[in-house]
Amino acid sequence: MKDKFIPALIAGVATLILAFPLLGLNLVSDGLGLGIEGADTQTMIYIVLASLAVFIFQLFKENALNIAKNIPLPRRAYKPDAVVSQAQRDKNEKLFTFIIVAIALVWPFFASRGNVDLATLVLIYVMLGLGLNIVVGLAGLLDLGYVAFYAVGAYSYALLHQYFGLSFWVCLPLAGLMAASFGFVLGFPVLRLRGDYLAIVTLGFGEIIRILLNNWTHLTGGPNGIGSIPKPALFGLEFGRKAKEEGNIAFHEYFNIAYNSSYKVIFLYLLALLLVLFTIFVIRRLMRMPVGRAWEALREDEIACRSLGLNRTIIKLSAFTIGASFAGFAGAFFSAKQGFISPESFTFIESAIILAIVVLGGMGSQLGIILAAIAMTVLPELAREFQEYRMLMFGLMMVLMMIWRPQGLLPMKRRHMELTNA
Amino acid sequence: MLETSLYFIQQLLNGLTIGSTYALIAIGYTMVYGIIGMINFAHGEIYMIGMYISFVAISGLTMLGVEYLPLILFITLLISVFISSTYGWAVERVAYRPVRGGNRLIALISAIGMSIFLQNYVRIAQGSRDIAMPSLIQGGWSMGPLDGFQATLSYMQVVIFIVTFITMTGLTFFIAKSRMGRACRAVSEDMKMAGLLGINTNRIISLTFVIGAALAAVAGLLLGLYYGVTNPYIGFIAGLKAFTAAVLGGIGSIPGAMLGGLVLGVTESMTSAYFSSEYKDVVSFGLLILILLFRPTGLLGKPEVEKI
Repeated sequence: MKDKFIPALIAGVATLILAFPLLGLNLVSDGLGLGIEGADTQTMIYIVLASLAVFIFQLFKENALNIAKNIPLPRRAYKPDAVVSQAQRDKNEKLFTFIIVAIALVWPFFASRGNVDLATLVLIYVMLGLGLNIVVGLAGLLDLGYVAFYAVGAYSYALLHQYFGLSFWVCLPLAGLMAASFGFVLGFPVLRLRGDYLAIVTLGFGEIIRILLNNWTHLTGGPNGIGSIPKPALFGLEFGRKAKEEGNIAFHEYFNIAYNSSYKVIFLYLLALLLVLFTIFVIRRLMRMPVGRAWEALREDEIACRSLGLNRTIIKLSAFTIGASFAGFAGAFFSAKQGFISPESFTFIESAIILAIVVLGGMGSQLGIILAAIAMTVLPELAREFQEYRMLMFGLMMVLMMIWRPQGLLPMKRRHMELTNA
Repeated sequence: MLETSLYFIQQLLNGLTIGSTYALIAIGYTMVYGIIGMINFAHGEIYMIGMYISFVAISGLTMLGVEYLPLILFITLLISVFISSTYGWAVERVAYRPVRGGNRLIALISAIGMSIFLQNYVRIAQGSRDIAMPSLIQGGWSMGPLDGFQATLSYMQVVIFIVTFITMTGLTFFIAKSRMGRACRAVSEDMKMAGLLGINTNRIISLTFVIGAALAAVAGLLLGLYYGVTNPYIGFIAGLKAFTAAVLGGIGSIPGAMLGGLVLGVTESMTSAYFSSEYKDVVSFGLLILILLFRPTGLLGKPEVEKI
């Protein structure tokens, strides 16, 4: 106890030193000069309480950790008795997937407009999370500029529409292709770099793209962004009150029903769901293909991979390019959904949120990422009064997750078979 | 002709001023990288915090009625260095030590989380708006015709050069001559072996974070006085720039960080002057990418041998 007292005291005092000058003293401008004033009593009390809490926590850390160890974690233990065959598992999984997809399809018709809109946003993040998961979770390349590819996709659609009048359906694959080629061009030189250099270079690349979008005013509209991007149409049927494109008919006029703006929202949701399902399907297939296995092998041990004759540049490049293309699809959909894009939407924070989704969900695990995307998007909406603390919590959560459970909430499980004695 | 060369001299001076502060921040990156081989992602935020604390200290001292400027600056320097070092120490304790030894990706993500956390902590504590402070050190020496363009070397720039020079010299001597400095070099050479020989490696790692944070705080004070404006978001770009400087000079090498900072500062000010100030960040990041491609060891770095 005694040998823990001094370190605990140091930690407590350090907390006080850290918190007081920034939280306890506020800078206020008075006239031309700058003054400070003390924060309100409540904040002061909080600072003291926080220091005390740190002190007490450090004092009883060992005991607390012992207690924490006994709390059962949601970890599936390996039970040799309950061996489920791969075929059985596949069957269960299929049933489960079917039920989830069915619910996801039917749900929006009974939900409020706002909720469906939110769900669409969640689906965009799911797509981005799944795309980044290829790069970070499977191939183990830390990409901090993923939002750049998202921006490329979004601007591809917006610009192709603005200058060439191309429709969403033509632009969607083009946006994916554009983002993929940006990924390829960036990836080709930088993928030789070691992990943390790669992180910084991709971060710099993300910033470069944002600055270019911001300053290339005559092409991208600069900080004002691009507006009136049309929503996608369904085989020539538009969901607005009046058809805007020539040759198109408004949805409600075609079916002779009353106009309802929620049709559009539901259509966008279903479209997003379709894109997500496509993403999941493609990535699942890729993971079982040799290239997917090579990604994971490379993540685990690069040197071993190279000595087994795998070409690391091609493997990394494929992960980078494919990951980028999904961001491109998501970007094109995003700009169609919003109808307006500006460089504001593509800041580093966005990259950090997507990364946080991948980290929280468990690198490599698709189900985990879907759940994490839902949590990360829906929770801030539910706790609107804590909006201001959202990013603070993100940061804290990323640190704590890395300390407590670096593999994420639902770590990836490899497809495997077990031998039985029978 | 005279005007063009005066303009050039002015840009060179501005570039060297900014560059020397980049160098101060870059040393933090380079030292941490040299010892634990990881990028201290939260370092830019420490610089930003140093700037805020300097502002708080200067306004506090002014309100207390301290009039003598050098005294204000000296006390502010001490306060800012002390508190920022505590931040550096805490960052290492919270975000690095628990995850050290694991996958590099894990430490990197935890550091990014820390960086986001610190940035938003300051935003919540002090507000997200720009905070301006009237400049304390005014005036300077001018050169050139009275009716034409004059190159100015302001007293503030001189202060920045002198303080940076003293700090760098102090650090170089500390690393080269002192017991702790020797231990630092030993740990960066071979951490396991240094530990076996009785060096407290944990303490040395803490020390490098503290020194880095102290230098970042010095840079924060200097640039705070120079620009007179701060906000919670400056740390991100400044950190990225300083990292570029560290890589440019050769990461892990302290003289390299100094050189890299100066080269980057001059490049940036020349870009703004002769090309376009909007694209100066693009040019620095472009430079970073080019350096990593063609000379990953930087200007003064040693080539790295990959051990199996």
